[in-house]
Amino acid sequence: MDFFSLLYYRFKKVWKAVRLYLVIAGPGLVVMIADNDAGGITTYAATGAKYGYHLIWFLLLLIPVAYYVQEMTVRLGAVTKRGHAEAIFESFGAFWGWFSLLDLMIVDWLTLVTEFVGMTAALSIFGVPAWLTVILVVMLMSIIVLNGRYWTWEKIALGFCLINLIYIPAAFMVNPSLSDIAGHGLIPNLPGGLTNELFFLLMANIGTTIAPWMLFFQQSSVVDKGLLEKDIKMGKIDTFIGSIITVAIAVFIVIVTGTLLNGAPIDDAATAARLLMKTNHYIGAFMAIGLFDAGLLGAICISLASSWAFGEIFGWAHSLNTKVKEAPWFYISFIFTLATAGVVPLIPGAPLVLITLFVQVVAVTLLPAALVFLILLLNDKKTMGEYANTRVQNIVSSVIVGAIIILSTMYGVSALFPNIFQ
Amino acid sequence: MRTINQFFSKIREINQRYAKPTVEMSRGVKFSLAVLRVYLFLLVVLMIYKFITVIKGV
Repeated sequence: MDFFSLLYYRFKKVWKAVRLYLVIAGPGLVVMIADNDAGGITTYAATGAKYGYHLIWFLLLLIPVAYYVQEMTVRLGAVTKRGHAEAIFESFGAFWGWFSLLDLMIVDWLTLVTEFVGMTAALSIFGVPAWLTVILVVMLMSIIVLNGRYWTWEKIALGFCLINLIYIPAAFMVNPSLSDIAGHGLIPNLPGGLTNELFFLLMANIGTTIAPWMLFFQQSSVVDKGLLEKDIKMGKIDTFIGSIITVAIAVFIVIVTGTLLNGAPIDDAATAARLLMKTNHYIGAFMAIGLFDAGLLGAICISLASSWAFGEIFGWAHSLNTKVKEAPWFYISFIFTLATAGVVPLIPGAPLVLITLFVQVVAVTLLPAALVFLILLLNDKKTMGEYANTRVQNIVSSVIVGAIIILSTMYGVSALFPNIFQ
Repeated sequence: MRTINQFFSKIREINQRYAKPTVEMSRGVKFSLAVLRVYLFLLVVLMIYKFITVIKGV
């Protein structure tokens, strides 16, 4: 075989793999990018404003953390063809099943409220009233979901994922010093020592990287897409690429706020956008658009995670490939969850700060349980067969899950008792 | 009334369907579930304590 024939053969092989990936890609990318929801954007903006580029190295460490946890849901979904809620009910019985389902319902609803808070705050920068934002978002999301095809929904969600990349041009526009990023950001360091404030921010970054709804969402998404065992390899690649993109977006946000808002007090991403607008109108606008998109993407995934879980347990038809007539309860629960959460930010004097704190605390009750169930299910050789966790996978995932449980518990407890670790 | 009855009969049906866990209850699984119960119990105690202190504070 001559050189050009070999080159052509290789190209055909790679192109075939790329085309296969493009068919399989979706659940991993969507869940990972949606992970950068409104709360996540706020956390990264605050991280950059408070500590400049100094914590970029820590964000990079979160790539394997996110990947190892989420890839387990790909294997579990593709092999069992069941969502995470159904898998817990079936494997661990009704007690743990109800606990997970009710906890998921509460966490998802509260998180949805925070997404609407982020979206209304983002569009208020452009003069859009909150009530109009809520109505438009509920209508838009209902139209996307009611189209009756998983494929269409996924492609639209991937379109919103692309908008999330808006932070990349924003970071280039602030002309950051590359030597400062490399010198301060890529070498592990704890600026000012491990203070209480720094510890809280590190825990917040971990908390925003792995959220309970992500496990339920990706596993149900894999099932609804119809991925099979043979698709697991591509599903894992999809998740890995997603985990790199999600952390890359976080790093670019840190670069933006670390360059222009270093030292400014940032309580939420909308404040960051307003402050950025004073420096550079376009960068502020990019931050606001990104925040709105992040809230929208988060809301789409979170409300679907709940509806899928309910459908699995109550035995309703629960696929995006079904029409409204075929799966009325699936769509009713989706729109009901969305609409009720959207109303909360419109209530004058609604305890939004309390809700944000409550999300962190309730998530701490669900996340460890969901992660422990995940590892136990992946060790059920009778069900998982050759896709069960290997010894190395068990060691890696147990260390990661153990660390997440300890740190998220400390995060939740410190949200309840702010002075406990002082 | 009929809808409420239907709802509760559905709950009973779900409880019956998933009454018996299918995962093999090895020592590791039993231990993990026991630790999880203790962990959640402690968290609930903390939340109740916080709730009481907030109420007293008000």
